Amino acid sequence: MSDHNDHYVAEFDEGVSFDELPDAAPSDKFRFSFTGWIGVIVVTFWIFVAVLGPFIAPYGENDLPFPDAYSEFQKPQPGAWLGTDDSDRDVLSRLMYGAGRTMGISFLATCLAYFIGVVLGIGAAVSSPKVDMVVSRINDALLSLPSIMLGLVVVAAVGSSIPVLIITAGVIYSSIIFRLSRALGMEIKVTDFVEAAQARGEGRWWIITREIWPNARMPLITDFGLRLIYVILFISSLSFLGLGVQPPQADWGSMVRENLGALQYGESIFAVIAPALSIATLTVAINLIVDDVSAHSGGRLSNRL
Amino acid sequence: MSELSDSNMATNQHTSDDIVFEAKDLKINAVRDDRSELPIVKGVSFKVKRGEVVALIGESGSGKTTISLSALGYCKPGLKFAGGQALLLREDVTSKSVAELRPIRGEKVAYLAQSAAATFNPSILINEQVTEAPVLHGSKTQEEADKKALALYKALELPDPENIGSRYPHQVSGGQLQRLMAAMALCGDPDLLVLDEPTTALDVTTQIEVLKAFKHVIKEEGAAAIYVTHDLAVVAQIADHIVVLYNGEVKEAGPTDVIINNPVHPYTKRLMAAIKPLPEAGQGETSSDEHLRADAALEVRTVDAGYGRVRNGKPAVQVLRDVNVAIQRGKTVGVIGESGCGKSTLARVMAGLLPPSAGDVLLDGDVLPASIRARSVDQLRKVQFVYQMADTALNPRQRIKDILGRPVEFYGIAKGRDIKKRVDELLELVELPLQFAERYPHELSGGQKQRVNLARALAANPEVVLCDEVTSALDTIVGANVLELLKRLRRELGVSFVFISHDLSTVASFADEVVVLYAGRVAEQGPTDRVLAPPYHPYTRLLISSVPETRIGWLEESAQSKEALSAAQVEVKLTDKGCPFHNRCPMAIEGTCAEIDPPRRIGKNGHVIECHLEFDGLS
Repeated sequence: MSDHNDHYVAEFDEGVSFDELPDAAPSDKFRFSFTGWIGVIVVTFWIFVAVLGPFIAPYGENDLPFPDAYSEFQKPQPGAWLGTDDSDRDVLSRLMYGAGRTMGISFLATCLAYFIGVVLGIGAAVSSPKVDMVVSRINDALLSLPSIMLGLVVVAAVGSSIPVLIITAGVIYSSIIFRLSRALGMEIKVTDFVEAAQARGEGRWWIITREIWPNARMPLITDFGLRLIYVILFISSLSFLGLGVQPPQADWGSMVRENLGALQYGESIFAVIAPALSIATLTVAINLIVDDVSAHSGGRLSNRL
Repeated sequence: MSELSDSNMATNQHTSDDIVFEAKDLKINAVRDDRSELPIVKGVSFKVKRGEVVALIGESGSGKTTISLSALGYCKPGLKFAGGQALLLREDVTSKSVAELRPIRGEKVAYLAQSAAATFNPSILINEQVTEAPVLHGSKTQEEADKKALALYKALELPDPENIGSRYPHQVSGGQLQRLMAAMALCGDPDLLVLDEPTTALDVTTQIEVLKAFKHVIKEEGAAAIYVTHDLAVVAQIADHIVVLYNGEVKEAGPTDVIINNPVHPYTKRLMAAIKPLPEAGQGETSSDEHLRADAALEVRTVDAGYGRVRNGKPAVQVLRDVNVAIQRGKTVGVIGESGCGKSTLARVMAGLLPPSAGDVLLDGDVLPASIRARSVDQLRKVQFVYQMADTALNPRQRIKDILGRPVEFYGIAKGRDIKKRVDELLELVELPLQFAERYPHELSGGQKQRVNLARALAANPEVVLCDEVTSALDTIVGANVLELLKRLRRELGVSFVFISHDLSTVASFADEVVVLYAGRVAEQGPTDRVLAPPYHPYTRLLISSVPETRIGWLEESAQSKEALSAAQVEVKLTDKGCPFHNRCPMAIEGTCAEIDPPRRIGKNGHVIECHLEFDGLS
């Protein structure tokens, strides 16, 4: 193409066919970023602690490391690497026992919330407008109650135990999952491929399980990590207020509350800082992973939330 | 400011070597996940001079949009400039930072996207958006920008130019919005305009107006333009130079008349060959009568249908009014009309997705239940629907074998192992390799997806297949291939097709019968050769005359025709009495057409025209 007005023709071989060009293949491979890897390492560490904690803890949950030298909030020292708490128990051991409890309760509660929320949410999306109306309004009522207040009332009325905590947190958080999965279900329900399935004559069960769920799955899984953080904070808050995991059992939230005194007159503040930092590192690490996953799924979820 | 007026002076002189944009051996790579690079644009060179329109043409995947965006110094995410230069006013924009590009974009180069509806903010007044760029850049005061905008509205022949700016985007039609987008781009007096398929989504009738306005305003403003499209007929009207692209390489380039009249490269020749001939009588491939039976395969009788709550037998928005169509066994009925005329509504009524508010749908002479839930599995099987957009019609989480296997299983056509055999047969039928069965839809190209979409309908062994604009979203060559496939299937399977399209040429080459819909009423129907020959309904005549020819100078001629003049600037409007076309009709009878339903005039071979004028008056 020396001059502008020239007629330029590229070299060619006769008889070469020009195939249909493929669409750009979407990069489906998922990769963690640097921060994502930090998240993975921290979360793996905590899962390891939660599972093995009771077996590798240096002391029992309520054992005293220094029975002969009783004193609150002792400094970190050989034999008690994070010091001791308000009853002179080993903070490190209690942290390891508490990890499993805090994470276990939160995980089960989130699973319960997802089960209730997704079943009812997608169910409402594909049901008749009347059913959808009734279920949605009941859900709105639940959503309008402040979650921590509702939790306090329920636990105060029924009494605190681990199953009660799981069910309470699960039901309270299911209302948010309901909203999310109903919105997703509604969005997917009106797509052409669902209409095609309806036109084929497929029943409701097929449409929910084969057409809608596989497409709603990914964003909901992304949200799971985010929701788990809220539940951890919720359970910890309840424990902090004294209505969660009951003493002498250890749990991160209740450990913060029991050892608040350390901030004022303790020799060591590790008794309150260590469980607080544990909650912080775990939630931040989960967030780092969620960020990567939702960025991969096009950030659509973060727009919707 | 001074620089700007300088460039405007240069505009008027049209100096011969005034190059606005030049791509010099431009290379753009896609960066893969593993950081390896894949060349997308492989060393492309071309020049754009002032006052000149250069068209980049090619199929999707040819890199034409990527190249055009390089003029703005922009790469889509995942792409990067890998070599060469993109010189805008002799400055290389590929190496500039975002901050350096900001004063250039909107001032020296402006971009027109394909969809005006997506470009305009729905909650801001049009004028504010049109004048935003120059005011923001400080090159014009608000008053100057308003004055410029008004001049552009007039130049673009927009109705009521004084007041159109104080409307919201949803208050103007699609064609008008497309022209307003041009006003937005031109308001800052850019030196270069980049237009990316600006008329592809428009009806042919609207396309003429928009093309005419674009051509006029580009010449008047003395801007240069890069026009990206896959449509050669459009290119012949608007471009001075053509650059033919395939797979990121220039295959042929030169002045428009050379490329259109004497293409040399086999790829250009192939593009030219894929251009559909103008719709005329006698192009249709007549299908055999061997499958005919007494009853029509599918028939709609005196159907009214619409959307919203039905009160007193009338829906809130009534679209279809007294529509009668019969599809004979093994035959193809084409349905044509502009968007908003009820083509898709008719298909949805036939498929049972939209129960009609009055009238019946008959399958093999038996009345079908209106709603899909009341139909038997066998009735559902016999009528299959093929959606326009294969992207949304195929579940992205199902493999092709599941997408095709499910109808086979559901309708009890095969069981167990035979399902896989049937899926392979279907893939062979639509000319796809068998290993595609294991793939997901996103691993296929647009044309391949459309084949899967079609195969899913055929999996049910249907008697009638409803095709809603199945080739409209595809490139010319791919669309032509899909059409060839449909023709073969019709010959081999004896399936009846309802073929909905706004593209008259496609319908003319494929359908045995044509139904011309206008605003929910049948304007004309009958055998293809009758409909496409005089006497015409005035609307059919408008449609035929609006199909762009790949001939330089066609645009100017056709825009002057009396059909185009009387139909210009008027939108399709649903009416509940009279002939809805009366406000665009050059032959409308005052006081009659708007008030009284036109009589159904029956000619030879079942040719029907609904018009107040006699056949003689329409010839």
